[in-house]
Amino acid sequence: MSNEIRARDDEWASLMRAAMGGDSQSYHRFLVTVTPYLRGLAKRRCLKAGVTTTEVEDIVQEVLLAVHTKRGTWDTTRPIGPWLSAIVRNKMIDNLRRRSRNSALPIEDFEWNLAVEENGSITDRMDAETAIALLKPQQREIVRSLSIDGSGVKETADRLGMTEGAVRVALHRALKLLAGRYGSK
Amino acid sequence: MKTDDLIKMLAQDAAVSFRLAPMMWAMLLLGVSASATLLLLKIGIRTDIAEALFAGRVLFKLGLTLLSALLAVNLLLRVGRPGADLRLPALLMMIPLAILILGVLAELLTVPPSLWAINMMGRNAMVCLVVIPFLSLAPMVGAMAVLRRAAPDSPGVAGAVAGLAAGCVAAALYAWRCPDDSPLFVAAWYTLSITAISVTGYMFGKRTLRW
Repeated sequence: MSNEIRARDDEWASLMRAAMGGDSQSYHRFLVTVTPYLRGLAKRRCLKAGVTTTEVEDIVQEVLLAVHTKRGTWDTTRPIGPWLSAIVRNKMIDNLRRRSRNSALPIEDFEWNLAVEENGSITDRMDAETAIALLKPQQREIVRSLSIDGSGVKETADRLGMTEGAVRVALHRALKLLAGRYGSK
Repeated sequence: MKTDDLIKMLAQDAAVSFRLAPMMWAMLLLGVSASATLLLLKIGIRTDIAEALFAGRVLFKLGLTLLSALLAVNLLLRVGRPGADLRLPALLMMIPLAILILGVLAELLTVPPSLWAINMMGRNAMVCLVVIPFLSLAPMVGAMAVLRRAAPDSPGVAGAVAGLAAGCVAAALYAWRCPDDSPLFVAAWYTLSITAISVTGYMFGKRTLRW
């Protein structure tokens, strides 16, 4: 590892360690700084596999959910970069497998659908938005409040008449479900 | 959903409740205690254990199975981590295998050929084939449950390693019961049991450990 990469890795690793201890601010910083790196990896792999790069953002979101649900598998004494790129690699393999399975369908089955799809995307992909639609109403409410509305846990709890703990538990379950939607597809 | 929004949401769920290594140790300890209890209460250990502990071949069997179990668990602790380098821990598994081969050679050199087949078949080959898989159940279930929450690069390999570790642990327990002490017996039946458990683990892993 070059010094520059090592310094970057050390920073990410210490942010992640703080995050795993429960520090939301460090976790936010970690995710924000790491996302461009993940996007770069995903883009490179898409180009290599001949997949349109319009899919990249979906893959990035899928990877972020995997990073989130699987962060307990990172050995906190080791560099985090190789762990991150292994997650991207695994998720890309999954994604391409899903894609090839879907594209093995005879074209007649969805020909009628082609004209409607703006991006020419014919795959049955499950981006975060469609996955959210499958959550229970209360989970969906919490997810929207914490993400799109950008409210904190406390605000969300007050508005929904729940305790903060209950909001955290519901969020945790919802994120697991969202991440699971990808894996099982 | 925008990626920034997703990040905001993820950040609210910062604390982690699952850490792979401590969880794996906890479940393995639980599984091993369950199997050891079953062995002690339902099956029993050999009655001549006090004298047996002074016999070279018994110590060989107990030591070899214990070493295999420890090295297989070492491999199991790594297999759930994405990007883990498994080459060294996998290579270390060759050590018990080499020791077993040396044991077999020593047996062949010291025991007359007329006894080879008898020693290999032993008295309890079928019991060995049933009890080792039976004792591997609890550690296997524990290891699989933890691996389901982990992120193995290859689900099949992870399942096989879970089977290998559970099988070796079960063998290390059964060695205290098994009255057949010839390395020929160990090489034939212990190896067969552990291989069968690993193959089962592979098939289960392939289906259940995708993430």
